Amino acid sequence: MIIDVPEGVMLDLYEKMVATRLFDLKVKELIEKGHRILYHSGVGQEAIPAGVCAQLRREDYVVPYHRGWGYMIAKGMDMGRILAELLGKASGYCKGKAGTHMACLELGVLGKTGIVGAGLPVAVGAALSAKMRNSGQVVACFFGEGASNTGAFHEALNMAAVWRLPVIFVCENNLYDMYTPYLEVTSVANIADRASAYGMPGEVVDGQDVLAVYEAAKRAVSRARRGDGPSLLECKTYRWYGHFMADEHHYGGYRSIEEVEAWRARCPIRKLRDRAISKGIPAQELDRIEERVRAKVEEAERFALGSPEPDPRIAFEDVYA
Amino acid sequence: MREITYAEAIREALREEMARDERVFIMGESINYGLFGVTAGLRDEFGAERVRNAPISEASIVGAALGAALTGMRPVVEIMFADFLFCAMDSIANEAAKWRYMIAGQASASLVIRTPQGSGLGMGCHHSQSPEWVFAHFPGLKVVAPSTPYDAKGLLKASIRDDNPVIFFEHKMLYRMKGPVPDGEYIIPLGKADVKREGSDATIVATSLMVHRALEAAEELAKEGISAEVIDPRTLSPLDKDAILESVRKTGRLIIAEEACKTGGFGAEVAAMVAEEAIDALDAPIRRVAAFDVPIPFSPPLEDYVIPNKDRIAEAVRSVV
Ligand SMILES: Cc1ncc(C[n+]2csc(CCOP(=O)(O)OP(=O)(O)O)c2C)c(N)n1
Repeated sequence: MIIDVPEGVMLDLYEKMVATRLFDLKVKELIEKGHRILYHSGVGQEAIPAGVCAQLRREDYVVPYHRGWGYMIAKGMDMGRILAELLGKASGYCKGKAGTHMACLELGVLGKTGIVGAGLPVAVGAALSAKMRNSGQVVACFFGEGASNTGAFHEALNMAAVWRLPVIFVCENNLYDMYTPYLEVTSVANIADRASAYGMPGEVVDGQDVLAVYEAAKRAVSRARRGDGPSLLECKTYRWYGHFMADEHHYGGYRSIEEVEAWRARCPIRKLRDRAISKGIPAQELDRIEERVRAKVEEAERFALGSPEPDPRIAFEDVYA
Repeated sequence: MREITYAEAIREALREEMARDERVFIMGESINYGLFGVTAGLRDEFGAERVRNAPISEASIVGAALGAALTGMRPVVEIMFADFLFCAMDSIANEAAKWRYMIAGQASASLVIRTPQGSGLGMGCHHSQSPEWVFAHFPGLKVVAPSTPYDAKGLLKASIRDDNPVIFFEHKMLYRMKGPVPDGEYIIPLGKADVKREGSDATIVATSLMVHRALEAAEELAKEGISAEVIDPRTLSPLDKDAILESVRKTGRLIIAEEACKTGGFGAEVAAMVAEEAIDALDAPIRRVAAFDVPIPFSPPLEDYVIPNKDRIAEAVRSVV
């Protein structure tokens, strides 16, 4: 099935994905230059945060997971302040205290935990709150397939289903839990199959196709907004780089070079670009978007690197309210 | 004597114990390589049955280790970061610590949990904690925290042969540290402290990474004519009280250096123990040097500020001699 979306949506998705990619590569470059940043590259997986978040409103909540910064970019957070936070600068979203775990409550980004699976119950609670407050908000909760083996996943899905909460569980299945092929430690080939055990719809989506993600998210978000409860979307995808920066086994170790190359050939940004061009959008227009984004990333870098370090005394702030 | 790293010393202990006793097996997330490379290569030697990649399921990893131990195996599990012990808290504190007692000794929980602790890598508050003292609170558990490659090897072998559940804290900043380790087998009994440096004016009791900071402080103090003795308990539970008391009776002064937060920690316990047993030997108030009572912030300058360094330890000594 060929999915059709208006040209404006297509260009917006393109911009978000390109921003996510270029920002990620900028972070990688800074680490290579010696900056200390906790980095789990999301390159290759950009279609998922972009496609899902495009169905959300400003007041809807997002609980991101550790891979990439697409959720924050898609929710409208400023790349300069995201980068400043990653560098531990005072001008970051959390004064440098959170680093990669940063939040921006104003834009509904609740923060991301370093504990795999621990974000799911938090998302359930935010959805419960939205329901109790009758606010009409929905929650999108992202996690990897590895997280779906934690107790927290199973407990959270049950709770969300039994209380019919407005939450969308988005599993980014990139086929590896760190250095382990997921089928070595996971009892089902499709994480989406687990949804039926909790009485909610589960859907497998091509995570390289942003339009497919966008459409699947639309169904799940409408369901949640109607008060029909949670859904589980599993997006099949792949990370181009290692689990984190120091992972030297990812290329020709636990993943074969052929496998990595085959997935890199299925670039989600390239796929959308080709589709846009085939729909009659001029390549120059897409190039202009890229140029604009590139300039913003450079500006973000200047801002972040030029920002001051936090005053050590802020270590004592925010421990108690 | 040959010099090997702390990580290599731990790997040697695992390899020797697995070769010696076929009941010993290791299990953990991506243990095929291991995040810090401690277990790398063991799968080639012992196979995937005994070097078992586990799902991201800390509660079940520890619970399963307990079940295996009660029925005749000797599992050594790896929890990727000490922070994630909290995900397995029930399995550790309620089950492993108490099972043998509850069943009146009919079977033993002979398992080891290896886990990296500590700050220093700028990984934020979910990957930097030093929760060892939390576990020393529970009778039934033994808690080990080696500071050198030599100690790490000998203590791990003792832990694997011990019939009790042992939590073995490895410091992530020590993995690459080299030190003399003899060829061939040796065992360091649990519950025996080591005098890392002799001195006559003050006793510094320090654990894990803080042993090295205390030694640096002692070096600096020596130039000022202050002679500090550095005691490394090596095992927090059972604690070698006699070694500490003997040293305090000799020097008349006590400083405790630890990486965890101050309140209710190891320093509090040692101070109370010495006050109870040897207050008459003290010529000055006891001083505790610990992390400030805040979560460990992400930003590198903030992290450095929160964790004790050699200057803070030296200053504490100067303030009482
Ligand atoms: C409770 C817990 N256990 C282990 C880890 C270490 N860890 C971080 S990411 C990761 C792999 C996660 O795999 P998955 O959920 O599939 O996400 P991916 O990294 O593949 O995107 C592991 C084991 C952690 N952070 N938290």
